[in-house]
Amino acid sequence: MWEVALIYGFVNSVILALTALGFSLTFGISGVSNFAYGAMYIFAGFASWLLLNKLALPFFLSAAIAVFLTALLGAAMYRFVLLRVRGLVISEVIATFGVGLIILELFRYLGFSGFEYTLPVFTDGSLLIGNTYVDYQRIWIVGVGIVLAIGLYLFTHYTKIGLAFRGIAQDEHTALSLGINSDRIAGLSVAFGSGLAAVAAILILPRGTIAVNDGYDVLINAMAVCIIGGLGSSVGVVLASFLIGYAQIMTDILSGPHWKMIISLIAILLILVVKPSGLLGKQKELEERI
Amino acid sequence: MKQKRKERIDRGIKARSDDVFSLNSFREMLYVAVPPLAPVLLLIILPLVLPSYWQKVLISTCVFALLAMSWDFLVGVGMVSLGQALFFGVGAYIAGVSNKILGIPIWIDLPLATVLGGLICTVLLTPVLRLRGVYFSMVTLVLPLMLERIVEAAGIFGGTEGITGIKAFTNPFVESYVIVFVTLFALFAFRRLVTTDYGLVLKAIKDNDRAVMSVGINIYWMKAQALFITGCVGSFCGAFLTHVYGFVGMPSFALDYSILPLSAAVVGGMGTFAGSFVGAFILVPLSEALRGIGGLRIVLYSFFLVVFIVALPEGIFHYIQRKYQQFERWVEVDK
Repeated sequence: MWEVALIYGFVNSVILALTALGFSLTFGISGVSNFAYGAMYIFAGFASWLLLNKLALPFFLSAAIAVFLTALLGAAMYRFVLLRVRGLVISEVIATFGVGLIILELFRYLGFSGFEYTLPVFTDGSLLIGNTYVDYQRIWIVGVGIVLAIGLYLFTHYTKIGLAFRGIAQDEHTALSLGINSDRIAGLSVAFGSGLAAVAAILILPRGTIAVNDGYDVLINAMAVCIIGGLGSSVGVVLASFLIGYAQIMTDILSGPHWKMIISLIAILLILVVKPSGLLGKQKELEERI
Repeated sequence: MKQKRKERIDRGIKARSDDVFSLNSFREMLYVAVPPLAPVLLLIILPLVLPSYWQKVLISTCVFALLAMSWDFLVGVGMVSLGQALFFGVGAYIAGVSNKILGIPIWIDLPLATVLGGLICTVLLTPVLRLRGVYFSMVTLVLPLMLERIVEAAGIFGGTEGITGIKAFTNPFVESYVIVFVTLFALFAFRRLVTTDYGLVLKAIKDNDRAVMSVGINIYWMKAQALFITGCVGSFCGAFLTHVYGFVGMPSFALDYSILPLSAAVVGGMGTFAGSFVGAFILVPLSEALRGIGGLRIVLYSFFLVVFIVALPEGIFHYIQRKYQQFERWVEVDK
């Protein structure tokens, strides 16, 4: 049993990190709200399903197009909604949350629910680790998750665009004076974050059916990971994913799946009460509480 | 090319009626009296003339207007809540449990749930009083979800089934007039409250909390009081609707009760309470008239929310108020 907990806890942690990467890039690293994140995740799932089943495209092509479409949706949301309220944090949050609600509830209204809405796995079969079977899809998730997390760290520390993402969060005026077009960079950041949400959706959704309610859970999980890890810290995201990931699996084993989601909620509350800047967060330590 | 700009001049009556009160004709008195009297007369007459289905719509409109006003009040203290459903749900469950299990009659149950609900919500949110801005919003977004899941997971208070068979009001007119009078009372009380010294301190906390601290006012105590007032109003809404429907369950923590008051306040215009009132009386009947679209309700509210936040952040009420009190005309710009 402990072996199962160890292995599935690890997989669950990587899944959490993967779902949180895009949100962390947008909200944590560049300081732009994207509370339509869960909706982007579900949008990517349904877009890829539609391309796959209605237009009969090959899976990897449909997945790639879905990722591109989601990034485009993010960019459009930035251009037509976020740009107008940029800097008014509360308005940003409410507006993006509203956009997310529109997308999710529209899918619900159009009747996108049921067992036929599944995405295919990348490769069938499973692998025996110790005495536990782990299917190849989870191996894929772990592999891609680790690569993306490392890639994101390198991207935000060693490329010009990545550094600009961090720059506009640290001090927008200084960034402007150094020739960074902060509006354009913020838009890129929302688009990249949405794209990452789509990648996570393509990888994770084959494990079950695509359900609209997952959109809310994804948003809460991503928020939990980012807040606990600390805004602006890539290492914090990984650390927080492992904390919550193992905590979730342990509660699942010890007291049933109902309590699993409550763990992230309690974790958000606890960390906000005790240390709102998160475990490893550096930004905004002075602004967030009095 | 000659450039023009829009010139806005206050009407003479506005300047006189603002603080001097030298009104010297019936016309001027009407100018001052009509805006506050209109909603009062409207709400008192409506329950008498509406058919029974639209009476229910009126009740839910009033409930959402109350929730929107309480949201507006909390925003005025600098705390932006994304989860009015917390207040609503807590009140609903207290009313349901105390009526069904403890057998407390309605007329004791309503005030009990109001005050107790306010207290519980204040205690729940006390640890995060220090948080500002978006962090406070996140906590309020998370709390109702968490309570909902806890009810589901632990199976307490009826679990996923909820509690049914709660006593309803016996007379539909009593039912309507209770909520109508509470709504009107809340509307005028809130408007009065924010102009008193107490209200000014609350407003100052929003504008600059450190300055308020530095003059020796305990802002956490003030914030807790504001939360208690909001919690009481929200809990009353929950308790009241529980008695109307005779049911309380997990839907009491649903997103509807968080997002609709927010939309109503934003559409109507924040900071005036009358705006929230107007917003609720536009949105709820509208969605009821478009009942055929059923599941699209939340989509509709969110759509209005986004459009108004982006395109007309001042809201309908401020717009109407300006048109009512000012002349506007185009004048040429002096070079």
